[in-house]
Order: sequence, then C-alpha cells, then structure tokens
Amino acid sequence: MTALLEIQDLTKRFGGVLAIDHLSFAVKEGEILGLIGPNGAGKSTLFNLINGIFSADRGRILFRGVDITGEPPYRIARRGLARTHQIVQPLAEMTVLENCTVSACFGRENLAVAGARAAAREAAALVGLEDRLAVPAAQLTIAGKKRLELARALASRPALLLLDEVLAGLNPTEVEHMISVMRGIRERGITILIIEHLMHAIMSLSQRIVVLNSGQKLAEGTPAEVANDPAVIEAYLGDPALAAELHGGR
Amino acid sequence: MAGILASIVDGLLVGAVYGLAAMGITLIWGVMNVVNLTHGALIVAGMFALYIATSALGVPPYLALPPIFVAGFLFGLLLYWIAVHRMIGRPPLMSLLSTFSVNLVLIGLGTAVWGTRLFNVAVTLPGVSWNRYTFPGTHILAAGLTALLAGLLYLFLYRTRIGKAIRAVADNREAAELVGIPTTRVLSLAFALGSALAGVSGMLIGTMFPFTVLSGDAYQLKSFVVTALGGLGNPTGALLGGIALGLIEGLATPFMPVSWTLVIEFGLFVAALILFPRGIFALRRW
Amino acid sequence: MSASGTDRAADARTILRRPFFWLIGVVIAAFLWPALNGDVELRESLLLAAVYITLASNLNIMLGYCGYINFGSIVFFGLGGYICVYLMSAHGWPLPAAALASGIAVSCLALVFGLGILRLRGAFFALSTIGVNEAVQAFVSNFEPWGGSAGIYLSTELFQPLGGPARALWIIYFLLVAVMGLSLYLSYAIKSSKFGLGLLAIGQNEDAAAVLGVPTPLFKAIAYSASAFLPAVAGGLYFFKSAFIQPSDAFDLTLSTEAIVIVMLGGQGTIAGPALGAYLYEELRGWLLTSETFANFQLVLAGALLLIIVLFAPGGLMRWIHARWPRLRNVLE
Repeated sequence: MTALLEIQDLTKRFGGVLAIDHLSFAVKEGEILGLIGPNGAGKSTLFNLINGIFSADRGRILFRGVDITGEPPYRIARRGLARTHQIVQPLAEMTVLENCTVSACFGRENLAVAGARAAAREAAALVGLEDRLAVPAAQLTIAGKKRLELARALASRPALLLLDEVLAGLNPTEVEHMISVMRGIRERGITILIIEHLMHAIMSLSQRIVVLNSGQKLAEGTPAEVANDPAVIEAYLGDPALAAELHGGR
Repeated sequence: MAGILASIVDGLLVGAVYGLAAMGITLIWGVMNVVNLTHGALIVAGMFALYIATSALGVPPYLALPPIFVAGFLFGLLLYWIAVHRMIGRPPLMSLLSTFSVNLVLIGLGTAVWGTRLFNVAVTLPGVSWNRYTFPGTHILAAGLTALLAGLLYLFLYRTRIGKAIRAVADNREAAELVGIPTTRVLSLAFALGSALAGVSGMLIGTMFPFTVLSGDAYQLKSFVVTALGGLGNPTGALLGGIALGLIEGLATPFMPVSWTLVIEFGLFVAALILFPRGIFALRRW
Repeated sequence: MSASGTDRAADARTILRRPFFWLIGVVIAAFLWPALNGDVELRESLLLAAVYITLASNLNIMLGYCGYINFGSIVFFGLGGYICVYLMSAHGWPLPAAALASGIAVSCLALVFGLGILRLRGAFFALSTIGVNEAVQAFVSNFEPWGGSAGIYLSTELFQPLGGPARALWIIYFLLVAVMGLSLYLSYAIKSSKFGLGLLAIGQNEDAAAVLGVPTPLFKAIAYSASAFLPAVAGGLYFFKSAFIQPSDAFDLTLSTEAIVIVMLGGQGTIAGPALGAYLYEELRGWLLTSETFANFQLVLAGALLLIIVLFAPGGLMRWIHARWPRLRNVLE
C-alpha cells in the first residue's frame, strides 16, 4: 500500500510553546490509522496543520506525493481531504441537506448543485440522517450534529478523512452505530486518520496506531504493539484505568 | 526643520488623546468582542457636554471632566442594556448593526438640535514657548490628563477586584463564569467604562479643537486606526498607537491638504490590518 | 453530470413555471404603470423606489448572502454616475455605452479593491468600506477633469439623441426599471447557483466554509464586484437624468445607510426582501416625515427602525412571512 499522506519533520510553535516537534509518520492508503495521546499532546493541532488552518514552521506535508504544506484549507479540501471538528461547526441556519450539498459541491469532485444534492443525500443516509434532511443544523441534538459533521465530510467523496473525536459525548448505542459507520466508510476505500479518546473504539478500529506526546511521536505500530509499549504506558500512567484499558485492548 | 519638530511634538500630545479614545474601543472589544459603532456619537456627546457645561452652566472646563466621565459611564450602561446585551453571542454582524443604528439615532438627533455648525469652547491656558512656536496649554494639559487617566485605568484593571474580573472575562468568559464571576454585570461595566473613556476623550478634544455634530465620525475613524495599529484588546497598545497616529499626523499635516487626511488615515487603517493583524504594538495582552 | 441540451430546455421551462418569476413580472408591470397614463409625478417617485430596490438588492449579495456589511456601497452608485456623466459630456458617448462602461469599470475597480479589503473580517471590513467611499470622494473632489468639488453640469443637448428632455426622462425611467429587474434576477440567479451556495456558507461560518472547500477569498471578491455592477449602471442613468453630479451627492452615505435598513427590514438573504423593504421604508418615511421639521429626522428614523429590527426581528419581514405562511416559502424567497 502506498502512502496517501506523509508527515515529514513537522514542527509548529505557538509563542513559547512547541506544539508539534519534528513529527514524521505516514498514512497508508486504505488503512485506518489511529492517533492517540494524552490531552495537549498536539493531536488537534496536527489536524489543523494538515488541513491548512495553521501553517507549519518547518517540515512538509505530502498528500499523494504532492507537497500541500501551506496551502489554504479550501484547496486542500478540493484535493480530496476532508475533516470533522472536535467542536462541531455546522452551518447553523442551513438544513442537513444543504450542509452536505455545500461539501459535495466544493469537495473533490466539484459537482454541480443537482449532482451534489444527490451525493449529499447518499452521505446523509450513510450516517443515518436521511430522515432529518430538512432540519436546520442548529436544531439537531449533539449526536445529530456529530453525525452531520461526518456526513458533510463524506459528501465531498474524500480520499482521506480526518476524524477528530467523533465519538465524544455520545452514548454507548450511538458509539456502536458510529463505529459501524466508520467501518463501512473504510470498506468504500476511504482512508481514515482518527483521533479518539475512547480507547476500545480506536484500538479495535485501527490497523495501526501513532502515539503522540507533547508534540512528539512516542510510538507507532499495531494496537497490540502500542498497548504493550512501556513508554506509552508510562505516558498514560497518570490514568491507570486508561493504561489498563490500553493493555486490555478491548 | 524646527517647524516639523514642533508639529511632531504637538502631534504626540494630541495623539495621546486619540489613544484615550481608542482605549474605549479596545476595552469593549477585548472584553466582549463587540465593536462599538456608537463610539463616535459618544465622543461628540463629550464635546457637547463640555460646551453645555462651560457656556450654559459656567463650569470651568476641566472641572467638567469627572461629571462627564460619570455621565458617559451611565450612558454607556444604558446603551449596553438597550443595544448590546441581546447581541452578545449572536453573530458579530448584529452588534455592529445595533451600535451603528444607535449612532444614527444620536447623530440624527444631534443634527436636529444643533445643526451642522461649528462650535468652539474657548479655553484660555498659557502655552509653552519654544523658538517661534507655542505649544498650546490645552494640548499639554489634555495629554497630561490622558496620562493620568491611563494610569488610573491601569491601576483599576490590575489592582482592583473588579478590574481583575474584567480581565478574566476578557480572557475566557466561560471560565470566568465557572469561577463565579457575574459576567453580565462585568460586561455592562466594561461597556460603560469604554463609553466613559470615549466621552472624556471627546471632552478633551473639545478643549483643543472646534467641532460639529458630525465630528464624531472622523474621531471614531481615528480610534479605529489606533486600534488597528495598537492591537485589539490592548490598552497599552492603544495609547502607543494613539501617539503613533499623532506622530504621523504631525509629520503629514504640514505637507498635505486637510481633505486628504481622512483618506490617508483610512489607507493606514487598511494597510495596518492587512500587514499587522495583531497590531504593530502587540505587546502581551493585558 | 453534464447539462445536455434537453436538460437546459427543461430548466428554462421550469424557470417559467416558478411562481416567483411571475411575481417579478407583476412588480415590473406595476412599475410600468405610469407609462400608461403618463403620470410624471408617480414616475418620479417610482424612479426613486427603483433606485432603492436596485441598491438594496445588490447590497443584499454582500450583506444577506455573505454576511459582510458594506456601509459605503454608495461609492458604486456615485462613481458609476461620474464615469457615465463624464464619458457623455466630455467624450460624447451615447447613453447606453456610457452606462454600460461605467458598470464594467466600477465592478473591475471593485474587484481590485475587494481583493484587498475582503481580507479583513467583520467590523474592519465594514469600516474600510466607508474608507473606500471617503477616499473616492476625496479623490473626485480634487480631480479637476471631473469638476472637482463643484461637480459636472450636463447641457440639455445631451438629451437630444434620446428625443429631447421629456422623452429622455421616460427612456431613462424604463432603463432604470430594467436595471431594477436585472438586480432582482441577479439575486435569484446567484442564490440558486453553486456560487451562491458558497456565499451562503461563508455567511454562516466562513472558516467552516473554507474547510469544506469554498474558495472564500475569491468568492467574496466576486460577490463584492458583482454587487457593484448594476448600482454603477443605475448611478450612471440617475445622474445623467439629474443633469448634474457633485461629490457630496454622489457619495452621500445616507443612501447606502438607508439601503442597509431596507435590506434588514425586508429580510436579508432573501430575494423579495429588498423590494418589500424598499416599499415599506418609502411608505413609512412618507408617512412619518410629512412636515418640514421632521425632514432632519430621516436618519433618526432609519436608525430607530434598524435598531428595532436587529433587536426583535433580525430576519426581517420575509422571515415573519415565512413563519406565518410556510407555504409561501417556495413562492416568495
């Protein structure tokens, strides 16, 4: 499998804080790569760097072999890279369908409005929002808004999907539903880079895991390898329950 | 050469007062992310308050400062509750429009009452001479009072509980609420304070220059230019930015016709925002 | 997904079937009423209404769709007026060419300026639009070929190619009604296009829109430029008709302020909103400002109205109508 996304020696400073410190790893095409790490490790910052919201101080980001470092977010989206946000960002007064249509129009396939609407319906159905297409986004529940984030990202038919804590704030039933949705996404050939705190979910979903700590890569490997890595366990030592979960790899 | 130097020094003095006006804007912006487009009307209100105080009530000009401050404060409270309170949390467009509309109403009323004629408050104060040039006493005193007020503002924000509460809300509103700070009260206070600063700066400008009801726009613009130069939410930056603007005006006025001043200032405004999004004097916030 | 010939024909038929188009037709017919009975007084007040609707509709593209307030939108109207009047008086251009040229020139300038000031967000953009107006006004006031601060007077012989002053006034009126109709159509065309969808997304959440792939800087600049074209043409027609233009009239912020009030009153982001708002505003103004003393209160009224709308009914009249009669949502956008 070829590398769809490559992070090379990425560095980002905010004032005195080194948020990302010479980070390098690759995401292989077709895989689900999990990104874990303690709070403040730099995971969301990394996403913001990848999709162009922040600009890196040093290093490169390659998407399909093309250097996208420093490109504005809309150009990166056009290349086929979509993301969800940890704090949901719905286009509040627009309906679910309209939200997804925007994404489908301006995403990779650059569809006209009619075709985009069809793609939007498809994406909404994938996450289970097909019965709420005419609802304004602001009126959805938090779970609904999370689904909308995902549907919107999917509507653009991306090659790479960046998921930022899609499971946060969901009850167990909703979590199970989302996990199966994500498996379905992968089966459609979309590569996924996922940040998640729910250990059992990310461990069972991902083929490989990258562990981040203080902006640096702490470990990389299969879930089992990472769970048994002493450095990783130590990083999580502050939370023995989490470390146990890691080890159990439920 | 000496003429330019004199112009510069005078510009620095006047610029300080611009800084005071800008502090009003930047305080409100920094605390509640609202751009107060009633700022110009508040400045004009300060000017006319001075006029009424001196001509109708016979109060010595500088003695009018404390009551004008209080009046500006109370007026700001009223303004907050009428036009701003409901706009907090809504898209910024809304607070822009609400403060803009109040400005329209106030300036409109002002024009109806006082027309567009020029008003002048005669303040006799001995100036300071240097070579052939005299630095007007009003300018010097205005700058001095500005420094005093800036100092008091600093003490208030950094040494009193309320001041710290204001800074806390400015920094992170939700966190401040969680800690038990009555955020709405703080917001209204900050807005009132910003209004008071605007009113007082208007008063000081009134001691220095003639004015009309429509002068507010020009000084509001200058306040925004200063804010752009000094960085948002940054009172020290506002003062420095004001002095910088005064400096630029001092350098430019000998060479440029007056009608172009506004244009230059706007150009400066746009350029400053595009080139220095955080303000040229972006020191650490608060 | 390609739009084949049959698709386009089907689209055309669908357009004619949309009730909204018939409504625009009715509005335009209403404006053409004075032609039937030669009522000059009615024509003059309707002309002003047409100007208001033109300005408001185009302002709506920035304000209602993108969520950017353009306080100084009058600059398009005034500059368009100047360019048209100048081309006609100094270079003998015929009216249609001059008006069109001013539209093109102003929207090109707007594109250039826009790319600069649209990098600013929210309030700063809004304030810099005032700056653009002030800058242009200052420039024109000092620009001798355009009469400086005294302005340009047009001689009546310029009305001869149109068949004399009386006939010319009628022609200009119809042209302005046409410009108004085009403005309403432009609002509609943009709103139902992919470009419009991008603009609306920007208006909702600009950062999120960028992440979704909307090329925000370009779209905003195009919107700004597009919102300049028809007002510039209207300005050209209007000031030619007045046979006189001077900086203090051409760049009077009162008009663009009223346009903002009209858009908010009618319902920002809708198509019929500006038209409805203009009608309402004119009525209100006429009713309240009947006496001389109140003439000064024009801006006070505008301000008070705007405050009430922003505080209590930010969606304007259209939002209220849609809430009350949901069926009308498809008919009256």
